[in-house]
Amino acid sequence: MSEKKFSKQHEWVSVEGDVATIGITKHAAEMLGDVVFVELPEKGKTVKKEGQAGVVESTKAASDVYTPITGEITETNQSIVDDPGAVNKDPEGNAWFFKIKIKNKSELDELMSKADYDKFAKENPN
Amino acid sequence: MDTQKTALYEYHKSLGAKFVPFAGYQMPVQYSSGIVEEHKTTRSEAGLFDVSHMGQLSIEGSADLILALEKIIPTDFKNIKLNQSKYSFLTNENGGIYDDLIVTKVERGFNIILNAACKDNDFKIIKNALGGKFKLTLHKDLSLIALQGPKASEILENIINGISSLKFMNGKNFSYNSAQIYITRSGYTGEDGFEISIANNMVEDFAKSLIAKGAKPIGLGARDTLRLEAGLCLYGHDINETTTPIEANLKWAISKRRREEGGFLGYNKIKSDINGELSRLRIGIKPAGKIIAREGTKIFSVDGQEIGSVTSGTFGPSVNGPIAMGYVKFDFVKSGTKILLEVRGKKYDAKVSELPFYKKNYVR
Repeated sequence: MSEKKFSKQHEWVSVEGDVATIGITKHAAEMLGDVVFVELPEKGKTVKKEGQAGVVESTKAASDVYTPITGEITETNQSIVDDPGAVNKDPEGNAWFFKIKIKNKSELDELMSKADYDKFAKENPN
Repeated sequence: MDTQKTALYEYHKSLGAKFVPFAGYQMPVQYSSGIVEEHKTTRSEAGLFDVSHMGQLSIEGSADLILALEKIIPTDFKNIKLNQSKYSFLTNENGGIYDDLIVTKVERGFNIILNAACKDNDFKIIKNALGGKFKLTLHKDLSLIALQGPKASEILENIINGISSLKFMNGKNFSYNSAQIYITRSGYTGEDGFEISIANNMVEDFAKSLIAKGAKPIGLGARDTLRLEAGLCLYGHDINETTTPIEANLKWAISKRRREEGGFLGYNKIKSDINGELSRLRIGIKPAGKIIAREGTKIFSVDGQEIGSVTSGTFGPSVNGPIAMGYVKFDFVKSGTKILLEVRGKKYDAKVSELPFYKKNYVR
């Protein structure tokens, strides 16, 4: 898989061929606190860059998950629906959210590197 | 208005607290271990909560004070024993609730614990109702901390000799470092525990001793999941100026004498509610799956009729699933009744549930 790229809405993207794997960042998981509910988009659905593509809830509140990439949902991670706490344990690894067949590869160029994202997250904690 | 800080603010900070503004105060919402862990620690060991934002009102007086208070609070002030605590409300003329409160009879009169967001307004209402005859003090010099959980008594006994013999919903003066502090056996978690009223300049020292003896600091986040599992109302959400105590399923908090004799603000409405005019009731709700129904979620009958709404909803760590409370039309209040919850445009199965969701035995 490629090196991860990051969005301003605190998602990470990892690309293999024309498929992007997307999840929420470690920083986002820490800000949310204990994740107790996850809702994922339906397979086959087309989602648009920066559009809503899921929901995560902590004990405190519900937050939307956005997609940083336009395309068709090819796979979703049922294991985080069954065990939402996994999102806190391994947000940038096993607790990925969904995979997308990338429609427009140039969208990837608009994402941040790890170093840039870390700086961004520090300056924009929420 | 500037946000205020409690006397324990710096101590919370040193313990790794994450703060949120709440009712005009910077309050710890959680510490580093997180809400779920804090919740479970309170259920299995003992949690320490700073609730100094709440109002601590004392009113001095005797027989004529009892008569005056009975006009605004439906507690049986004539029969409350010295050092006994009662859960009650400040009612309005429509039978709604200005605030819910705990009143304790003390030697000089009564102590009343009020919600942080309501305390200044409550003070005005009570002062107006009582006239100038009694001395009312909303104590800014006092902190309030709660120690809750199965190990609370054992931990506090190390510091306050004799505390374990205090009965539930009773209070007493104790001495600590040659000063007097007032402790009640009560709380808001569904666990055994204590609320300790202590001078601001002594509270950090006291909190530190409790932590040293094994209590863990707990934030407002876990306080909310704990109280919801215990089926306890949160003012401004589950009860407010438009809900009567009867609709809120809190009839038990009004003694038989007060229910029959009345003589308090809003009694006409409350009496008609008691006599069967009730249109809605507060109930517990258990969603069938993992879906969390937050405050404001619409509730439907299985045939699609809108029958009410959710007033509190979260994930209950000890129940290990979502829980909620809300109001539904009276035809749907029976435990086990199938209902539907509309979350983000979709309807989800749920059932009316008995309250509390989580039950513990109190020391009586």
